[in-house]
Amino acid sequence: MAALVITVNGVRREVAAPAETPLLSVLRDELGLNGPRYGCGLEQCGACLVLRGAEAVASCRLPVGEVADAQITTLEGLGTLDEPHPVQQAFLEEQAAQCGYCSNGMLVAAAALIWRTRRPTDEQICAALDDVLCRCGSHLRIMRAVKRAAALMWEEQA
Amino acid sequence: MPDKTDSPRSNVTVGSAGIDAETAGTRWPTPQPMETTQIDDWLTIAPDGLVTIFSGKVELGTGVRTALAQVVAEELDVALASVRVVMGDTARTPNEGYTAGSKSVATIWGSARYAAAAARQELLALAAQRLGGAPADLLVADGVVSLRADPQRRVTYGELLAGGRFGRPVSGRAPLKPASAYQLIGASAGRLDLADKFSGAASYVHDLRLPGMLHARVVRPPSPGAILRALDDAALRDIPSAQVVRLGNFVGVVAEREEQAIRAAQALRLTWDVAAPLPAQATLYATLRAQPTTDEVTLERGAVAKALAGAATVVSASYHQPYQAHASLGPSCAVARCEDDGSVSVWCSSQGVFPLRGALADLLELPTERVRLIFMEGSGCYGQNGADDVAADAALLARAVGRPVRMQWSRADEFAWEPKSPAMVMEARGGLDAHGNIVAWEYGVWTPSHANRPRRALDLLAGQLLHDALPPPSGFFFGGQRNAPNDYTIPHARVTVHWLARPPLRVSSMRSLGGAANTFANESLMDELALAAGADPVEFRLRHLDDPRARDVVQAVARTARWDDPLAPSAAANLKVGRGVAFARYENTEAYVAAVAEVAVDVASGAVRVRRVVVAHDCGLIVNPDGVRNQIEGNVLQATSRALKEEVCFDSTHITSLDWQGYPILKFSEVPDVEIVLLNRPDQPPVGAGEPATVVTAPAIANAIANATGARLREIPFTPTRVRAALAGA
Repeated sequence: MAALVITVNGVRREVAAPAETPLLSVLRDELGLNGPRYGCGLEQCGACLVLRGAEAVASCRLPVGEVADAQITTLEGLGTLDEPHPVQQAFLEEQAAQCGYCSNGMLVAAAALIWRTRRPTDEQICAALDDVLCRCGSHLRIMRAVKRAAALMWEEQA
Repeated sequence: MPDKTDSPRSNVTVGSAGIDAETAGTRWPTPQPMETTQIDDWLTIAPDGLVTIFSGKVELGTGVRTALAQVVAEELDVALASVRVVMGDTARTPNEGYTAGSKSVATIWGSARYAAAAARQELLALAAQRLGGAPADLLVADGVVSLRADPQRRVTYGELLAGGRFGRPVSGRAPLKPASAYQLIGASAGRLDLADKFSGAASYVHDLRLPGMLHARVVRPPSPGAILRALDDAALRDIPSAQVVRLGNFVGVVAEREEQAIRAAQALRLTWDVAAPLPAQATLYATLRAQPTTDEVTLERGAVAKALAGAATVVSASYHQPYQAHASLGPSCAVARCEDDGSVSVWCSSQGVFPLRGALADLLELPTERVRLIFMEGSGCYGQNGADDVAADAALLARAVGRPVRMQWSRADEFAWEPKSPAMVMEARGGLDAHGNIVAWEYGVWTPSHANRPRRALDLLAGQLLHDALPPPSGFFFGGQRNAPNDYTIPHARVTVHWLARPPLRVSSMRSLGGAANTFANESLMDELALAAGADPVEFRLRHLDDPRARDVVQAVARTARWDDPLAPSAAANLKVGRGVAFARYENTEAYVAAVAEVAVDVASGAVRVRRVVVAHDCGLIVNPDGVRNQIEGNVLQATSRALKEEVCFDSTHITSLDWQGYPILKFSEVPDVEIVLLNRPDQPPVGAGEPATVVTAPAIANAIANATGARLREIPFTPTRVRAALAGA
């Protein structure tokens, strides 16, 4: 049987785990990524979000075999400390976290949202992020950061 | 551990005015005066100028790392960028007890700040020798000392120490900067940890990967106290690398990959003698109220019974606080390794690595010095979640299998087994005179100790399972008394704390301990009395407050919330709007905080929407204004979640709130706007901001619901069902 290959952050990677293994386990334990996090394993909290194409999806129950043809982008693939993605820059400028364990899900969901919605309203942000949980209560900062990120992303190209 | 410049030998226990009260009492060694510690215990300076701070406090997501760096950089006169912080390592940092109780900034104020001042004084003395002249002739900026008269003659801190140590005690007599000279303290500084967290750098204990490490899961009993009769691991033959460890009733599995460990845990067939130790939830509060108690009168002023008997009006009410979960977003995790010399190292997110070390040493039957705990961040904990227990699980398994073990709990493990914030019953009675002033206040609270952090093996889940025993009652009661006395000037008052020795569920500290439930009761009764007196709730509070700082926060919150302007009624016939106020001085001795909540209540469904919360907050001198705002926002949103939605459910054998559907928390579409007024007091020492705003949020919401609808909610959470029931009785 040919080895399973997935594309993560633009790089094709061979996967040793069986096809039914959750993508989250492969990303963290095989590829050594830290961005996507285990929160519930039940697709209820959003800590494990990644981008499949341009869509934010939970990776904790998604079999890795199902994403062989997809472009997977994790938090690490959005940007770097030196060249941050607009959501990373905006979250930093708004100091939009406390413990930060939810940040992966927030940033990934925000990146997906502002890609399709140039000026997200409060209602659109709530709809996009409502199933991404934050226990520290950073919601208001996160909402400000999403708006700022959209402005950074689209005004640069204006 | 090699004696490098950045790794002090330290193992000192430090005390200061700010040490957490949870550590007070007989269960904690007498704090050691700062004067007996060495500067090198607290900080080192490398030849390139990099300052490394060693702190017994740890970062729980509240920004303490950043505030500590600000304080030390300020006192030392170095740039914030040249500071890094090592936190909570039993081999390297001072022992500053627990990071808890909203005490870290106050503790740092009495510890690391003095060490930094002593270091600066020492460096100036060295520079004076090097450059010629007296310390008074020198200027310091960003770690560079120069001669005032000849600025070209300069030397850096790094050059002065040349990789060496200070070798001097923290005198306690070094001059401290006056508040007027502060440049870093009082200015908002960006969190030192967030860029890493936003870009996927390893930031948490969950991200630690040791060579040869195995992944683990535990298999817990179906009920507390159940006894394991048989274990069938036949199904594990199909799971590569899976291995079972059984120690008494403690069962764990390890495997090369985490998903294999998860499958193995599910595949094990265990036979238990199930216990049914839990009381009926429907009658929980009556059960608590009927338990035997140890009673402590914490306030006795005047003659309460006589004053109540002579009062023109008496209002009595009972209030209920349910079990609530810390509900950390990430389940607890730890990594443990047995070292070649037989010692054990554990990386964990405990709030108190030094005290936990004693409990783990007891569990592992090792001398304390053979156990090393290294703090790494976890998911925000807000008190004792599973962090200490998972450290014990990892240590037991690592020793059993002889390989490093990473143990991460499942979501259900965390909800089922983290210690809960205690359920409490509060009974309050207030008497008014003929003018509508409060003459008497009688208050009783039924509560277990909230402070139950592990000191011995039996305090840990793993220890209880291993030995099939619960810890004997410690006789140590703490936390339920917090904010039981209110802060008002009332001539006759009595407060009694009825301590419960054996709460039905395992409990421990959660943000503000009993402060939230007691303030909910006190501030609800305050509004019920105001109503009886026909008084405005803000005016009624001010009438009974003498402390100017207390009056300031109440007046500031009323002004900012435009309390005197009536709220516009809702256009929707079923929506009733209202607002409520609450005030407390946290712990009666710490920060002053007042809140006004605005709600819209759907009287058809009973749903409560909190639209806006205004907070006025005085925590003394403010080190990092944006950090304080972040904490206040977090307190308000989390406390709103606790007030509206949160209650741990259980049946006779076990907790049934095991995921986010069973224990929902506030979502984006439900969060209120939060407006904050900071009252900075540069002439006052800083006190904590990590908890105070929690205590006023629920009562402000309850008072707002009553204002909107006339219905009084006396039991948390204010679910639609309870609101409808209260409306029916209003």
